Amino acid sequence: MYIAIINYNMGNIRSVENAFKSIGAKVKVTSGIDTINKSMAFVLPGVGAFKDAMQNLENQGLIGAIKENVKKKPFLGICLGFQLLFETSLENGKHKGLGLLRGTVKKIPSIVKVPHMGWNQIDILKKNSNIFDGIKDKEYFYFVHSYHAVPEEKKVVNSITDYGIEMVSGIEFKNIFGLQFHPEKSSKFGLRLLKNFWNMAKEKK
Amino acid sequence: MITKRIIPCLDVNKGRVVKGVSFVNLRDAGDPVELAAFYDREGADEVVFLDITASHEKRKTVIELASKAAKKVFIPYTIGGGIKKVDDIREVLRKGADKISINTSAVNNPSLIEESSKIFGRQCIVVAIDAKRKDSNSWEVYTHGGRTPTGKNAVQWAKTVEDLGAGEILLTSMDKDGTKDGYDIELTKAITREVNIPVIASGGAGNLEHLRDVIKYADADAVLVASIFHYGEYTVREAKKYLKSQGINVRI
Repeated sequence: MYIAIINYNMGNIRSVENAFKSIGAKVKVTSGIDTINKSMAFVLPGVGAFKDAMQNLENQGLIGAIKENVKKKPFLGICLGFQLLFETSLENGKHKGLGLLRGTVKKIPSIVKVPHMGWNQIDILKKNSNIFDGIKDKEYFYFVHSYHAVPEEKKVVNSITDYGIEMVSGIEFKNIFGLQFHPEKSSKFGLRLLKNFWNMAKEKK
Repeated sequence: MITKRIIPCLDVNKGRVVKGVSFVNLRDAGDPVELAAFYDREGADEVVFLDITASHEKRKTVIELASKAAKKVFIPYTIGGGIKKVDDIREVLRKGADKISINTSAVNNPSLIEESSKIFGRQCIVVAIDAKRKDSNSWEVYTHGGRTPTGKNAVQWAKTVEDLGAGEILLTSMDKDGTKDGYDIELTKAITREVNIPVIASGGAGNLEHLRDVIKYADADAVLVASIFHYGEYTVREAKKYLKSQGINVRI
């Protein structure tokens, strides 16, 4: 009974691991396909460049494993891990993502300060979403990013955030959850989101 | 929209928290990680750890601190003190720190700013500037914990570090630090006017009006606070409530 945190050499893994542990979740940091297959739920964290991230996933043979496992169990993408869920990114060229969701990752327009860094609020669009259990509308979370995901289908959008432009800060589609902000760095309400995910993982079993 | 931030600063010597009064007299105030976790619970937006240990083992102590904090602190934290090389930065970030702060090594080796911001992203690179008034409208940059004058003009240096790739400036007024009679509004304003990256004001906080003033009148993006929190004169929560009542956007 554990959550697999996918380690693909894209930073930030330890913070996510520590945050899950602090709320009593059992986690395994892994790049092993077998460990992911046997998990109850899995997480794709990540900080860094989109292209490098996809390259690392491919080199480690993880793309297929992600696509298979997502059919069966809850999956959480955080920050870059969230952006990787989409079909395409325009970060330094045009790059193919995991394609689990339709849409494109684009640069935050320079009419606002880039990166979008700091505490910002989320407008929760799906109030009854399990991931937002116990979280009030307009709660603050910690963001650090220069690109943002633009889903093609509005129905996957779970929360949005105002930063001069309106950005998608959370998505939900079948087993897939994605968060643009960093729950592991967002104090008690960030930890609450991780706890909600852990609870979903346990119920699934 | 992004909030203004309140950032408790913990000076750490040999693994224990101290608060320097004008960089000289030091007083022990506890375990840095426990204290940081306490500030997280209290509603602090970030924490800065400055390791002031004078030792050759310093590289090891900052890495250890980064690693310990990662287990208990769930807000972003910055580690500064004795970071000299790209490898030091990589190691500290890998342990779980969100940002590193460089001061003396940025002055001695400005290419460190450029190189590290390219590798890790500018959001993790904070350049700390210790500035002391030179004449009516200029300030000089000091290094080595305020002991060494550099001849550099603080406003110019701030612009240079921004161009090199710094993501943020941690600006300490040496004239105000330890005085408790308010942040240096003039200095802070002189810098925020010239750069487009966030500026954290530091040095001189004695009451909550001081926090408001440097945000309102000098356009600081964040305030670094030490003794008034460490010695329990105010709580982070009180500070936030006060700022909110003054029309400042804070996370509460």
